[in-house]
Order: sequence, then C-alpha cells, then structure tokens
Amino acid sequence: MPSLFDKLWDRHAIATTEGGATIIAIDRIFLHERTGAAALNSLAAAGRSVIDPARAFAAMDHIVDTLPGRSDVTTMPGGTAFIRETRAACAAAGITLFDIGDPQQGIVHVVSPELGIVLPGLTLVAPDSHTCTQGAVGALAWGIGSSEAEHALATGTLRVMRPPTMRVTFTGTLPPGVTAKDMALALIAAHGAAGGQGHAIEFAGPAVTALAMEARMTLCNMATEFAAFAGFIAPDAVTFDWLQGRRYAPQGALWDRALADWQDLRSDADAVFDREISLDVSTLAPMVSWGTSPAQSLPLGQPVPAFSGSGSRAAHDKALAYMGLAEGQSLAGLPIDAAFIGSCTNSRLSDLERAAAVVAGRQVAPGVRAIIVPGSSAVKRAAEAKGLDAIFRAAGFEWRESGCSMCFFAGGESFGPQQRVISSTNRNFESRQGPGTRTHIASPETVAASAIAGRISAA
Amino acid sequence: MSRPFTTLTSVAAPLIEDNIDTDIIIPSREMKTTGKTGLKDGLFAGRRYAEGRVENPDFVLNRAPFRDAAILLAGDNFGCGSSREHAVWALAEYGLRCVIAPSFSPIFAGNAVRGGVLPLVLPAAEIAALAAVAGPLTVDLPAQTVTGGDAAFSFAIGAEAKAMLIGGLDAIDLTLLFADRIADWTARNRAARPWVYLGSA
Ligand code: SF4
Repeated sequence: MPSLFDKLWDRHAIATTEGGATIIAIDRIFLHERTGAAALNSLAAAGRSVIDPARAFAAMDHIVDTLPGRSDVTTMPGGTAFIRETRAACAAAGITLFDIGDPQQGIVHVVSPELGIVLPGLTLVAPDSHTCTQGAVGALAWGIGSSEAEHALATGTLRVMRPPTMRVTFTGTLPPGVTAKDMALALIAAHGAAGGQGHAIEFAGPAVTALAMEARMTLCNMATEFAAFAGFIAPDAVTFDWLQGRRYAPQGALWDRALADWQDLRSDADAVFDREISLDVSTLAPMVSWGTSPAQSLPLGQPVPAFSGSGSRAAHDKALAYMGLAEGQSLAGLPIDAAFIGSCTNSRLSDLERAAAVVAGRQVAPGVRAIIVPGSSAVKRAAEAKGLDAIFRAAGFEWRESGCSMCFFAGGESFGPQQRVISSTNRNFESRQGPGTRTHIASPETVAASAIAGRISAA
Repeated sequence: MSRPFTTLTSVAAPLIEDNIDTDIIIPSREMKTTGKTGLKDGLFAGRRYAEGRVENPDFVLNRAPFRDAAILLAGDNFGCGSSREHAVWALAEYGLRCVIAPSFSPIFAGNAVRGGVLPLVLPAAEIAALAAVAGPLTVDLPAQTVTGGDAAFSFAIGAEAKAMLIGGLDAIDLTLLFADRIADWTARNRAARPWVYLGSA
C-alpha cells in the first residue's frame, strides 16, 4: 500500500507537533557559499552549534569564478566576502568544504551524488531550490531557505507538513536524440510551471527506468521548475551500480547491509497517490523554451503559440516582447549570440559526451560565443581524460573550471542585454543569465548543434 | 524570532502576475552581504528602478498610495525560482508583511512563515475583488479572514504556520522541546542504519 514517498517519509518521521507538522530526521545537509555563511554565522550568533558536522557538507559553486586561474577574487561584486566567510564558517563548524582547488569541488548537486554523499533512502536538504536533483538516487531531497538550514544544522531535523503526493508516469520509448531534459520540459509545458504545486513527485514508468543515472538527475532537477516539493525515482540496479564504491557510500559489509535495506524503496503495486499524471514519450521531439518560464517550451519546429487562455494575455505578450519574438514564429533557425552548456541540470560527463559527439570535427558558427562549464572538477578531469576538452576547444568553445557560472547572474559575468543564448540550464526567467539576456533552455545536444549552426537547431 | 503577526490593516499593492520569482523579488546582484539585513533597497530592484537607479514611476510600489503598502496582491506560483530567503527578508524589511496569491512556491511559503510574512492563499477571482477595493484591507490571521470595502473572504492556513506566525516563534526552540525524542530516535536509527552516520559508524 505505501508509496515510495510514504516509505521515505515514515523512515524519518520522529514526532508530530501540535500544529500537525512532522519532525523529520535530516540525514545530510549541503551548503554553498551563496547562503552558507549566512546560515552558519546566524547559528553561531544564536549560541548554537551544528549537531553532527560529519553529515554536513559545503561546496564553492555559486559565486566562485569559472575562469581559468581563479582565486577568492571573483567577477561578482563583493563575492570574495561570501567565499571567505563561508570558508571560515565551515572551518569553525567542522564541516567538510569542497573549496576552490579541491579536486572534489563542483556544483553541489553534481558533487553530492558523485561522492555518494546522497544515498537511496536518505533525507537531504540544501538551501538551494535544485536540491530535488538528488532525489534521482531514491532519496528525499528538497530545497529549503537559510532559516530552515539553521534548523537542520542545529537539530538534525526539520518541521515539515507532509506534502501531498503525485506520480508522474512516463510511458513509451524516447526517440533517438530526445533526452530527459526534453521529457521534463514537455511535462512542464503540458501542465504549467505550477503543475506540481507542492507535491512530492515520484517519476516512474518504463521511460524513467530506461534512463541512465545522470539522465535521472536531469529529470529530477527540473521538478522545482514544476513547483514540486521534491522529485525522486525508485532506486534500482542502475542506481546501485552507479553508487557503489563512491567515496562516502558504505563499503564492504556495510554496503551489503545498505543494499538489503534499499530493496524496499519502491512504491507498492497498490500504492495510492493524491494525483497521477502520465505522458507518452514516444512522440516527443527536442524541446526549446520560447518564453520566460520553462512552461513556455515547445518542440523544436513548432511555431511560437498564440495566447491560449492559460495564464494571462499580458504575461504572454510580456514574454514575447522580452524574448523579441512574435506569435507564429519558428524557433528553428533563429540566430543566436551564445551557447552555454553547464549547470546542475546538464553538465555531467554523459551530457558533455553527447554534446562532444555533436561538435566533433565541426566549428562554432562565427560570432557565436560558446562556453562549456563542467559540473564538477571531477567531471572536468574525466572529460579531459577522454579528450572531450580538445574536441570542444578545437571547435571554438571556451572550456571552463567547474561551478554554476553563467547559469545565473550574480552581478558578475553575463551575456548582455538582448543577447540570445541557448542554454542547457533550467531557468529561462527574465534576466536569469544577465540583465535583458534572452535565454532558451534545451538539451546539451540541442545547444551544441545550435552553437555549430549559429541558429537554434536540433542535433 | 520574527515579529508576531496577528492583524494587519493596509492598502494592498497589486502586482498580479504569475510566476513572480525570487530574482524579481530581490535580484541576486542586490544581495551584497552575507547577512540578513540591508535588503529593502534591493526589493524588486529590477522593476523599481530605471537606469541610474532612479525610481520607475510605473512600478506599483512607486505610486501613491501603494508606496507604504504592507500587503501585496500577486499571481500564481509567487516566489518560485531560487530558494533565497533574502526574498522574504527584503519584503519584511520593506514593510510588506503579507502576500496574497493563488499559490506559492513551497520553499517561499516556508521561508515566509519563518520570516514573519504571511503567505495567504486565495483564489484568483477573490484577489481580483480585493484589488478593486479602494481603501485598506484588513488581514485577521487568528480569524483567518481578509476584509475591505464590500469584500470579505476567509482563507485556510496550516495550524503550524498559523501558530508560528502569531507567536513569532523560533522554530529551533520549539523543536528542541523534542530533543530527547530526537536523540532516542537517532540512537535507534544509528543501530539499524549505521551507514547514515558518517565518520562515526
Ligand atoms: S547550476 Fe544553476 S541552477 Fe544549479 S545550483 Fe548552480 S545556479 Fe542553481
């Protein structure tokens, strides 16, 4: 009868408060330098300490530059203080920090699975909305604010109202060249950016089971763009094989014990959900966003839609004006100024491999700025060992150090106003990649193909 | 510890758009320090200021009588995007203590309660009716009502969020009342699932 969510929740429910919230055990907490210092310093100022520093981690990803030869000095105004204060606060609290220059440094949601910090059956929180990415290994992982981060650090728990549940079943088989990113965009386009409103969402079905581990992370990453509380996938042999041997994963006899414990982490056949939706992936095509919400996405080749009655006319028109597009216009063939491959959505080794396969032996179109930012330093090294950096560089891409980089604008580097960028990131909000910058989100292969063509194109 | 929230009477500034994300509420570049204060000037900066940081006269909070509004009327999925709690801190520091929207991002709603800002859910049609009220609105959290002019609506809110807002309670203090149960639970879980506890298993 219980669903995967019920099992994850019930495993961690310690008590119920008078107000009906659950005091839920938090197994892992991950901080980054954008908000880490605020949470840790505020905790210390209140005279509190971190209850179990061994289960707390931090990474430098948001503010640190991704330019070669980087240091504590960043292009973000005032960024150095965030970096140094986070470093000092982590040291004072005894928290492991993947610092600049550390071989394990990278984007929180890339580093955590890569090191086996997140595991099946765990709860993990981070003051970052894309924490849902990590649900891909069968964990309950969700984004919180700084005050909740303080709460989790101080008590090892959070007070949470049990969220409603949803199962999104993806049926069918993905056509070649269509990816987890396209699945996520198609889902959000079909049901709206608020479609998953506050639900704990299990992604299930044959098209999900067929995804490789890193693709599952891409799918779960986008759950927050669907307004979900969390997104997760039942762990299976794919998950276990991928995790075994990673640095913080259990080893030896403890691994066997954990593996036995994880076998139950799936929804029972008669599990009940508050909502269920399904989507057949067999007819999906590569998706590209046209507007300023991930819900404003369409299959490449279809014209920008007329206002349809969902949302407001004014918002539709505003998105079109911002993006410099007209109804009925096709995105295919639209000239671009830049192409960006990176972010916690699509910057893992498999993403870079697929992009490199598109790029190999070709050249970035003249006038197009093309950038690759590996999701972690480990991804960067692995890609270099496979010669992917040489492929990208030869084609005219910048090959960066790892981090969030221009996935978001923090006052430093940006693409510039009205610059049209195709990006493997997760948010096409107004000014997300820089004031006035026009972002189209898509899969890494679509970004790579577009960089080569100089126009939005499928691989 | 945030300021207790009981009743609030104020004009309500209409910003009725869907998906007002946290970067619109406070752009990343406005978060200049690692602290929680000094944020109100950055509130809605991208909309509030024109070139040279002069006020944009078209933005609702730059127009009378909304400049001092303590209530904001918004569209669906308010507070989506980045989890930054600065969005709530900036709203509260500016004096906006209540946002009324058809739905909120779950992270924003949690942050708001902790920051003493009431995330109040009403259907879009009722929000439109409130926007048509000429004078002030009164939000009564204990009674769970919003009234103003001829409009009177009741709203739902979880008991936990309500109690925390009314009491201005510190969630950590409340949870530490359960410290013994948390310790017992942790000891049992450590025995059953030792791999969860790094560095001590
Ligand atoms: S890569 Fe982008 S979306 Fe992911 S954590 Fe960094 S800033 Fe956020």
